[in-house]
Amino acid sequence: MLDILQNLDRRWIFLMMFIAVSVPLIMGTTFPEEPSDQVMAVFHAVDDLPDGSNVVVALDYDPASEGELQPMASAFTRHCALKKHNLYFMTLWPQGIPMIQRSIDLLESEYPDTYKGKYGTKYVNLGFRAGNEGVIKLVVEDLKKSYSSDINGTDLENIPLTKNLKNIQQVDLLANVSAGYPGSKEWVLYGSAPFDIPTVVGCTGVQAPIMLPYIPQQLDGMLAAIKGAAEYEQAIINGYPELKDNPNAKEGLKRMGPQLVAHVLLISLIVLGNVIYFWERKQGMA
Amino acid sequence: MKQSTLIWTLLMIFGGLGLLSVQIFRTQGAVYVREVPVEAKASQPESPEQVYRWSKYQQVPAKEKGEPGVSFSLSRTIGLWVAAFCTLAIFSFLYGDNPLYKFTESVFVGVSAGYAMVVAFWTEIVTNLFAKLLPGLARISFFPDMEEGTKASLLYLIPLVLSVLLLWRLAPKGSWIARWPLAFFIGATAGIRLISYLEADFVGQIQNTIMPFIVFDSKGAFLWIESLRNSIVIVGVLSCMVYFFFSIEHEGIIKYISRLGVWFLMVTFGASFAYTVMGRIALLSGRLNFLFNDWLGI
Repeated sequence: MLDILQNLDRRWIFLMMFIAVSVPLIMGTTFPEEPSDQVMAVFHAVDDLPDGSNVVVALDYDPASEGELQPMASAFTRHCALKKHNLYFMTLWPQGIPMIQRSIDLLESEYPDTYKGKYGTKYVNLGFRAGNEGVIKLVVEDLKKSYSSDINGTDLENIPLTKNLKNIQQVDLLANVSAGYPGSKEWVLYGSAPFDIPTVVGCTGVQAPIMLPYIPQQLDGMLAAIKGAAEYEQAIINGYPELKDNPNAKEGLKRMGPQLVAHVLLISLIVLGNVIYFWERKQGMA
Repeated sequence: MKQSTLIWTLLMIFGGLGLLSVQIFRTQGAVYVREVPVEAKASQPESPEQVYRWSKYQQVPAKEKGEPGVSFSLSRTIGLWVAAFCTLAIFSFLYGDNPLYKFTESVFVGVSAGYAMVVAFWTEIVTNLFAKLLPGLARISFFPDMEEGTKASLLYLIPLVLSVLLLWRLAPKGSWIARWPLAFFIGATAGIRLISYLEADFVGQIQNTIMPFIVFDSKGAFLWIESLRNSIVIVGVLSCMVYFFFSIEHEGIIKYISRLGVWFLMVTFGASFAYTVMGRIALLSGRLNFLFNDWLGI
């Protein structure tokens, strides 16, 4: 038996991982989540604002990170919609435009009374601008120097939401969902930290350790990886029980089932690998 | 044929047949859309108001296919199948490197680059440069919403000239000209980054680390969790810094402090790795969710 394990083809491990992820996904297995203090800080940053506040939603990711970040972006959008906030969507990634469109579709389909046909008065899509941190530098000082028009080419002076907005220091909250550079770190370095703009971020697991030192001084809160998204969804459901029956509001929660099973498998394999290693050492093979 | 290869080949064939049968017998993998009429009004100073009507199509769940206004979308169905095929082709790398994977990888890289280029052209070259330098022409050609009589902003000639100089790099002779705009970009980027890093990362992080070992609340009660957390942060930062302090010999007390720093670093790397694993599994579940829900309709 140990000989088989010693020479196990890695493709069997891939197959086990496939089963570990796909079975709970098909079964729709979810587990109860307890929102952490960090996640509750994000929740309160959005929820404690008066209804109809101005929020910039910067979605800096592409389809490659969608599996991890889309639940966060949807949760941010849904939470802002519940509070009837005015939303300014923008992205520093060219592939981020379809990601913004998903959030806009969510607004129009789930909250038609507040947002359907209210482009320019309740939400605006500023689209993509090239220039990475240079764009952030500009929008925090003079929005119209970088974004003279929205995604449709309409002058920002002709859009009610942006007409009197000089820069994003005037907004009440900056919510960023990012998968790398330029993203959360750049928003903190060039946006929130120098100008004290209240900021919350949602980021990938890879980015999370980089962003942790900024909390709580330079960053109000952070959603780290899919676990953060699931906890945030739970916090929103706790705050707004009408969402309990909305399956779209549980995307992150649904993805935590596969996470649990896959983590158990991984830990088991690591333990098994160590047992084999020590057994080999005992036999004088290693 | 090796036994493992035979097993995996059979798995792939049966898996493929299974997928095919699911598609044939359950009629999944079809995309339905609802027609949404859109109306917009536009007016010019000298002409009466004009009304423009068109339709946009919103994707709906398959269960709504019988409802009025809902129709089958061939183009989106083809898109769904192409996406599913590409996902499976990328997954095939786990079986082993193969031409299908290489082809799909190249398609992804090409499509991403092409998409980014088109978006950058329409948002930067057209919207941000062309419309600023030639507003009249831009209004007639692309942006009817632009204010009539908008004046050209000649300041935008500077980035235009710099961009043209940058393209000089492609010329066989005179490629040195491209070094001037490059020098400007590097200098500007370094300047922008330096200030922010100093302010937010360097000074900001030092400020964040200046914290009390012992924490009391407003009523003078000792908060042991906060005190423990602060102590761990301070001890961790100092011991990690000692580990990277190479100008003195790591002997005696310094040796033990630097070893403690190594332990802190190991825990940090472990946490980083765990977060990375979580991220990768989330990406896998995202793709499988697409295959199971959107494509197979399970």
